[in-house]
Amino acid sequence: MWDSTTINMLIEGIGATLYMTLVSTLMAYVIGLPMGIALVVTAKDGLRPNTIVYKILDVVVNIVRSVPFLILLILIIPLTKVLVGKSYGSTATIVPLTMAAAPFIARLVESSLQEVDKGVIEAAQSMGASLWTIIWKVLLAEARTSLIVGATIAIGTILGYSAMAGTVGGGGLGDIAIRYGYYRYQTDIMIVTVILLVALVQILQVIGMRLSKKLDKRITG
Amino acid sequence: METIIQIQNVGKTFEGKDSTVEALKDINLDIHKGDIYGIIGMSGAGKSTLVRCLNFLEKPTTGTVCIEGNDLSKMTDGELRKARTEIAMIFQHFNLLMQRTVLDNICFPLEITGHKKKEARQRAKELLEIVDLSEKAAAYPAQLSGGQKQRVAIARALAMNPKILLCDEATSALDPTTTKSILKLLKEINQQYGITIVIITHEMTVVQEICSHVAIIDYGSLAESGTVEEVFSRPQTQAAKKLVFQDEHQYTEMKGKRCIRIVFTENSSFEPVIGNMVLECKAPVNILLADTQDINGIAHGQMVLQLPEGEQIADRMIHYLEERKLTVEELDNYVG
Repeated sequence: MWDSTTINMLIEGIGATLYMTLVSTLMAYVIGLPMGIALVVTAKDGLRPNTIVYKILDVVVNIVRSVPFLILLILIIPLTKVLVGKSYGSTATIVPLTMAAAPFIARLVESSLQEVDKGVIEAAQSMGASLWTIIWKVLLAEARTSLIVGATIAIGTILGYSAMAGTVGGGGLGDIAIRYGYYRYQTDIMIVTVILLVALVQILQVIGMRLSKKLDKRITG
Repeated sequence: METIIQIQNVGKTFEGKDSTVEALKDINLDIHKGDIYGIIGMSGAGKSTLVRCLNFLEKPTTGTVCIEGNDLSKMTDGELRKARTEIAMIFQHFNLLMQRTVLDNICFPLEITGHKKKEARQRAKELLEIVDLSEKAAAYPAQLSGGQKQRVAIARALAMNPKILLCDEATSALDPTTTKSILKLLKEINQQYGITIVIITHEMTVVQEICSHVAIIDYGSLAESGTVEEVFSRPQTQAAKKLVFQDEHQYTEMKGKRCIRIVFTENSSFEPVIGNMVLECKAPVNILLADTQDINGIAHGQMVLQLPEGEQIADRMIHYLEERKLTVEELDNYVG
């Protein structure tokens, strides 16, 4: 049963999983990063306190985060159809994955940026730095290590979600695990896909941690 | 002298959830060009809030702050940012960008104002020479000592050729030797570049060391201001007296258990033996009994002294007295 068709299928599965994970993470950051920045900037002790904007963002993030992913996946099928043209397959899965991950990423970004020393921000203000300069050159630059650690956590979580999307025809390794391992009782294929998923998460985790460590200049030596 | 910073009726109130705190009350102060102006007060007196009102990091609730005649409260955001480039600031905890090298930290204010990278680096290198840290250009702040970090912060502050330098407890996190060297550097900067310096501190020694003028802040109000000489020699208010005499009353109670009896027989009455000993050994003694009289210029009589706690210093005192040809006798169980 380990014929070339199965192996090809698994390789394609890895490709599809990586495709969904990485593209979704990227898209989720396009939405989540500005949201996270906005949460920090408009907070009560932020650079531009704005209770209304902050409350709206806060509530939206909490609502989306509390909807179970599988439910979200089904709920936004109409939107997925409009954006991608169909509701199944890897590309279609990117839409709910992005939707689910963006608020999660917004929270990760928010907590990373909150770690930046208030004194350094004050110093930048005292030099006449504009809001954008402070966001770009102080907040994001100083928090980069923490942001990368956050991104590593996000990728791992999104990869897990992408496997879940397999249950409703999402493609990738999760899809294979459900179709062969669960519906057809081919336990060996299921185990292999799980091992592959574990390996992927491990590799991404190691890359992320190495990168963040390399970019961290706060440690002496 | 030309006034560079004019503080008029400045007040600042912080609105809390269930209480309001009046951090500053009706402060009036003129700071002249070229001054090194010390603002001193106990912690919580409001001096840090006051210095933040000078560059509008805190907006005063009432009153005005004018820098070279320009009212900061009337400025737009853009104008205020521009004004801030001429009012540099250094901090107690240095506030350097931890992910940038020393050189890039100094380039930071130049980047903000849109200088070319090459120009900025050139200028940063010159500044590193001024603060005597050229060899640390490629280091990261985490690799520097506190004094070195403050030097980087000073170089960064000088990058924009500011007219005013605000120092918020800039030496409070440093040891006494490093404090001295930083204060010396600030003085040089003041003299060479004519930069007006405002120093916030709770340490009287800092004011004595370099300031020309001093203002004393007490519970959010200006208690006293003037030249350092005036305020030091004739402190008028309770707050000023408390700060000026803060170094005294160190020994409220003598804890030493060793007591000695000294007998005067042949010393000149005009030699202040005990006074000299205290000055020489830099520790106080407690006179428990004194019965001496002057007989034709020679001191006669006896004294009982309680010696300080330190074993060595007590021995040194006994030795000092014996050298002065006094009879010294140790007394057991005279006290405690």
